Amino acid sequence: MSRARTIRNNLMQAVFSVAGWVAIVFIALIFVFTFKETGPVLDAQHMRAFFLTDPPVWQPTSEIPKLSLIPIILGTLKATVVGLLFACPVGVAAALFTSEFASPRLREIIKPVIELLAGIPSVVMGFFALVILATWLQNAFGLTYRLNAINAGLALGFALVPIIFTISEDGLAAVPRSYREASYALGASNFQTAWNVVLPAAAPAVFASFVLAFGRAVGETMILLMAGGNAAITSISLLDPLRTLSATIAAEMGEVVVGSEHYATLFFMGTLLFAITFVSNTFGQWVIRRMRVRMQGAA
Amino acid sequence: MKQARIVSTLLLSVLLAACGGREQPATGERPRASRSNKPLSIKGSDTMVILGQRLAEEYMKKNPGLVAQVNGGGSGTGIAALINGTADLAQSSREMKDGEKEKVAQSRGAAVVELPVALDALGVFVHQSNSVQHLTIAQIKDIFQGKTTNWSQIGGAGAPIVLYGRENSSGTYDYFREHVLNKEDFATRVQTLQGTAAVINAIGADKNGIGYGGIAYAKEVRALAVQAEGGQPVAPSEATVADGTYPLSRKLFFYYAANAPERVTAFAQWSVTPEAQALVTKVGYFPLTTVQ
Repeated sequence: MSRARTIRNNLMQAVFSVAGWVAIVFIALIFVFTFKETGPVLDAQHMRAFFLTDPPVWQPTSEIPKLSLIPIILGTLKATVVGLLFACPVGVAAALFTSEFASPRLREIIKPVIELLAGIPSVVMGFFALVILATWLQNAFGLTYRLNAINAGLALGFALVPIIFTISEDGLAAVPRSYREASYALGASNFQTAWNVVLPAAAPAVFASFVLAFGRAVGETMILLMAGGNAAITSISLLDPLRTLSATIAAEMGEVVVGSEHYATLFFMGTLLFAITFVSNTFGQWVIRRMRVRMQGAA
Repeated sequence: MKQARIVSTLLLSVLLAACGGREQPATGERPRASRSNKPLSIKGSDTMVILGQRLAEEYMKKNPGLVAQVNGGGSGTGIAALINGTADLAQSSREMKDGEKEKVAQSRGAAVVELPVALDALGVFVHQSNSVQHLTIAQIKDIFQGKTTNWSQIGGAGAPIVLYGRENSSGTYDYFREHVLNKEDFATRVQTLQGTAAVINAIGADKNGIGYGGIAYAKEVRALAVQAEGGQPVAPSEATVADGTYPLSRKLFFYYAANAPERVTAFAQWSVTPEAQALVTKVGYFPLTTVQ
């Protein structure tokens, strides 16, 4: 009897550890493959072409290929910044409202609805931004370009709100009741308690949500491919169209001659995306750990 | 959407054909059945997707049991697929380069056959409310290179020009760059969209927009008359494409290996018959007979 149990136990353990290792191996293989394909452009000459060419222009198929990544990195940053500027306040405010002020019944409505927003496929979000949001923004503000950083960033923001909301709300709900009671006992109002006590106590979770949202924003493809206009312009204006790293890979990979300089450059962009999300996640983990330690030390 | 529906119909017909095939051995005709079950794979120019689909649909009706799959992706994508063997027939809105022809010969072991199947006029489109009626090739070049930036510089209202174009994988992009921009670069401000239909939609919604694409797609936008150097402005129409006076007309091609199986060559030869050319007109292109 107990022997059968031991066997079953070991078997299940083996299955789970294989599953775990498979995931790790896949990630490693993807990274190795991506990195390998960038090989031909990993030299000083190409790095100069990517980052230091003046004027910075992305025209990979012209007679003299121009391979500056500056306009595309700038486009990625613009979309990400607008998306986060919109989604962070909205997501955190919605989480604060849901966990601190909403009645239990209202909470049961708001939570699933916002989480449903996460289930909307990004191609649908992109289509909405392309057809409706762009026209609306253009008519409301008399913009020259229908497809611009604001339009793309807002659409991206819609996709980021549920990420920020869900994780922040979990963090806020996990703050012990005793914190709130102590605050009320000192005569603080509802709002003062939420803003000055509960929110700071949940700061690691809120920050974690921002980091995850940043990673999603940098990698998001379809929304920006559809709503961003895809013009690789070196401009910091939020009213100009933009082209992101991910959208460039999606638009050009299908056509490119395998093994060419252009092909390797697209893989370099992929490696860059990989590196950005890796660094941001690692940094995020580090900050969260520090915050937790400080919070527990103070408590 | 339409493409997805056609693909799924095709998949269904593959399944049905496969079921039919299983019953074939009883009649002793299995070899024939399995041969006709191999789908005819057509790939290439986004401009030619509709044309290829109509032709394939009609051809399948006439040849039950034959399955043809038509995909877009761009002329270059189709040619690459012909080279690496994933497509039997490439549709291209530009002529194949010599290097590409050599690669086909190398990988397929036979020369490539070039078959013009239709004529297309490349339209320069603006919003219907735009007061500009015609432009010279030189003016169009300056616009798409970002040297002319306001409609008032070319006789229109005082509003900035918003540029729409195609991805660099597109044959239309190549044709336009070669014949209008003299192989020089587009302005970086050109917003690149996926397919001529997307360009047309964008211009339909943008008063200040200008873009280019196959004339068959022109709906709810206006195609400008184009003036070649030393000529008169000519609007694109069957007559002006036929007599060669419209400056931006081009041939649309089928490419396949000379040693391709019969299902490929038979389809290609059928596509230039009067029956098939009637379909070309229906889709909105111009039949070859108009030049000959």
